[in-house]
Amino acid sequence: MDSTIASILLVDGLTNGAVYALLGLTLVLVFAVTRVIFIPQGEFVAYGALTLALLQTGQVPGTVWLLLILAAVAALMEGFTVWRHTGRPGPAAKAVIKQSALPVVVALLGWWAAPQQFPLVVQALLSVAIVTAFGPLVYRVAYQSLEDSTPLVLLIVSVGVHFAMVGLGLLFFGAEGFRNPAFWDDRFELGSVILSGQAIIICLSALALIALLWLFFERSLYGKALRATAVNRLGARLMGISSSASGKLTFTMAALIGALSGLLIGPTTTVFYDSGFLIGLKGFVSAVIAGLSSYPMALAGALFVGVVEAFSSFWASAFKEVIVFTLVLPILLWRSLTGDHSDEEH
Amino acid sequence: MNIRRIGWISLIVALVAIALLPLPDFWIVQLNYIGLFTLVSLGLILLTGVAGLTSFGQAAFVGIAAYTTAWMTLNLGWSPWATLWVGLAFTGASALVIGSITLRMSGHYLPLATIAWALSLYYLMGNLDALGKYDGLLGVPGISVFGHDLGQGRGMYALIWLCVLGGVWLIQHLLDSRPGRAIRALKTGTQMAEAMGVNTLRYKIIIFVIAALLAGVSGWLFAHFQRSVNPSPFGLESGIEYLFMAVMGGVGHVWGALTGAFLTKVLEDQLQVLLPKLIGTSGSFEVIVFGILLVLVLKFMPDGLWSIVENRLPRRQRKMDWHDARTLPTRPQPATSELVLDVRAIRKQFGGLTAVNDISFQIHAGQIVGLIGPNGAGKSTTFNLVTGVLSKTRGEVHFRGEDITRLRSREILRKGMARTFQHVKMIPDMTVLENVALGAYTRGQTGVVRSMLNLNQEEERQTFLLAQRQLERIGMGEYLHELAGNLAMGPQRLMEIARALCADPALLLLDEPAAGLRHKEKQALADVLRQLKSEGMSILLVEHDMDLVMQVCDHLVVMEFGTLLTQGTPEQIQQDPKVRAAYLGTEH
Repeated sequence: MDSTIASILLVDGLTNGAVYALLGLTLVLVFAVTRVIFIPQGEFVAYGALTLALLQTGQVPGTVWLLLILAAVAALMEGFTVWRHTGRPGPAAKAVIKQSALPVVVALLGWWAAPQQFPLVVQALLSVAIVTAFGPLVYRVAYQSLEDSTPLVLLIVSVGVHFAMVGLGLLFFGAEGFRNPAFWDDRFELGSVILSGQAIIICLSALALIALLWLFFERSLYGKALRATAVNRLGARLMGISSSASGKLTFTMAALIGALSGLLIGPTTTVFYDSGFLIGLKGFVSAVIAGLSSYPMALAGALFVGVVEAFSSFWASAFKEVIVFTLVLPILLWRSLTGDHSDEEH
Repeated sequence: MNIRRIGWISLIVALVAIALLPLPDFWIVQLNYIGLFTLVSLGLILLTGVAGLTSFGQAAFVGIAAYTTAWMTLNLGWSPWATLWVGLAFTGASALVIGSITLRMSGHYLPLATIAWALSLYYLMGNLDALGKYDGLLGVPGISVFGHDLGQGRGMYALIWLCVLGGVWLIQHLLDSRPGRAIRALKTGTQMAEAMGVNTLRYKIIIFVIAALLAGVSGWLFAHFQRSVNPSPFGLESGIEYLFMAVMGGVGHVWGALTGAFLTKVLEDQLQVLLPKLIGTSGSFEVIVFGILLVLVLKFMPDGLWSIVENRLPRRQRKMDWHDARTLPTRPQPATSELVLDVRAIRKQFGGLTAVNDISFQIHAGQIVGLIGPNGAGKSTTFNLVTGVLSKTRGEVHFRGEDITRLRSREILRKGMARTFQHVKMIPDMTVLENVALGAYTRGQTGVVRSMLNLNQEEERQTFLLAQRQLERIGMGEYLHELAGNLAMGPQRLMEIARALCADPALLLLDEPAAGLRHKEKQALADVLRQLKSEGMSILLVEHDMDLVMQVCDHLVVMEFGTLLTQGTPEQIQQDPKVRAAYLGTEH
């Protein structure tokens, strides 16, 4: 291996690592606020990339229909809960409308815009909007009534949601894979390093998102409310921060970041309905490096995972996944020898 | 005859009848798969339902054993009966490594580690030339018994279901035994089990290994039943599917494994035919239904489908056959007025906060010492420092002349210091008698294997005799077979005292035993404490209830803001202006 190959691999690894970092950060965030180990995070990535791919072909993406179905289920659940609580149909109907209005508008927009062949950027924004709308709905339908359960139960729910979302992905997108066009086709040579425009976009967007996340948590009231929930759910609730609202907001952010990651990674690889799982799990590896708690460590871990993956695909491409996922064991060993091991959370 | 025994017998009769009746071979093959799945889910029930852990990597353990036996029978020509043990050794060893690494940390690392493990093993199997890459190994020989090949139909059926019933039998016995009670205590957190002398990490690793071994047996059977192995049934998705079976069936019950495996297999077969027809293209759409069902089951029937049956069955009655059991050996109790506990200037700092500031006090044999003070005085922290739950920043604790400063709580219990908890910690779905028997954990020796094989009966009888006596000693003789979760607060606290007494302590530490008790219950508690004292027991009492404290204590230690305010007899303390000021405030 010479320095050219090494630098190519390094750039490649850091680019993928940036996406893993986004996913890793999201997983840490979701776990901290809701105690959910969010296995289906990767599905948002696949949904994002595939929605854009279908918009590119001028078809109405399956996510539009799925969004309508999910919105209907969530609205019915919400309406039923309110109706049972108040015993009156008026507030229940209001709750139904409130729950479903935004996703229905987004879905209709997607349905109308699909055949219009808008420019790539508009379609990208539309894809993000559609997939982001899934976040709060998934929380409402699958997690909300179980939010006080143990992390174990929530984890098993996540597994169920993952199964359902992968299966629905197959149903609505089909088994065919898609590769999206790059947002920026230019290439730059810096000495021996070749940078593609897409790599620059990925790295810059990842950095920008991380900065935005930082601002959100440090400077905004909503961000602080989420942090309060992460520290102490009961305490936050007593301060008027609803844990359901925090959960929905967190899941919205998870879906948003998932969709964006899907757009970023879409032009670099062929995405299938079930590709998200592996990508999401690599985000998990970086989150585990961070002990599911530290954001800077998750970032460092993700870049590390990306670089290891790039180099192992050069040396032993067949064993690339083996190497990346076996990496978890020594990391856990190190964490278990250094960290504190209290599990008396009950 | 009791209905559970009838259930066992009718299951066996049904299984034999299926083998003998001229049923289509397809049925037998399906039942073979169900048996294989049941074995794996059985391990998950032990992990998830009983101990509160979980794993997505069970399919990978199935794969290790299957590949081991396939490769060795094909390439080395070994008999399957020999490769079984090699396969089990490999599965057991990998579970041991993963368990030792992850189980030290909080609960969610095990599932995450098993996900990574399952993925890397799947890609490893799929890429190794020696294992035939994604095509796998073909032409695996069948299993023969006395030169007779079991084939793929009824012979295999008999072997698989023998293994399933054997597995269920072993696990049922394990759960109702000394190590079983310790394992069932894991789900409610480790603190109580550790205080009863249980090495919780060791048990977590043990059950993870047992679950892996059950999967290993299933993998061995699978390879020789299927006659070929390839990576796809051992991937992460299958690992998740096993968890699905266990949750569907009910993770709280051994029979949930069978229920879940049966329903999942039947449902999967139906859906694989029905859904593609409905949708119009082929594909594994059944995962959609599985995913949605999983969420629904957790929402509406968290104990799984078997719980519908279980709730209609009469509760198992324990046969009280221990009245003539020998008594367990006891430790020599300290002589009257011997120095039992000597706390020397212990200190605990949390960062800049000094929660306990150089506290010293002593307890002599036959004394009841009360540790009192306003809220936030550091009483419970002191208590946790003495019992080894928290580590001390400084200072020493001596117990009966021995330095116990650095010992963990389970080692301290073995020295003869037993405790109760401020918030009752118990196993709600075990009877009072079984909960109390957990207290005698350190006085038995039976390990996991002996318990599984039901060779522990003599010791069990001794333990239950002891537990019954301790319950009668504190006046709870009529509650023996009640579920602990059904008790009111007062009896729950008394049960904790009985549990602590089972450890044969020389010193009893009670953390706010009167909190939440009604007046009558407090009087009963005071009587119990006086009675224990009259029997020569030494007691350290952390308590808020001044009536109780003044009634029963010989000596009081008063704390305020982490420091020792004063100590003396109840009369002296009542007169002390400093104590009054601490509790009631002063006039300025």
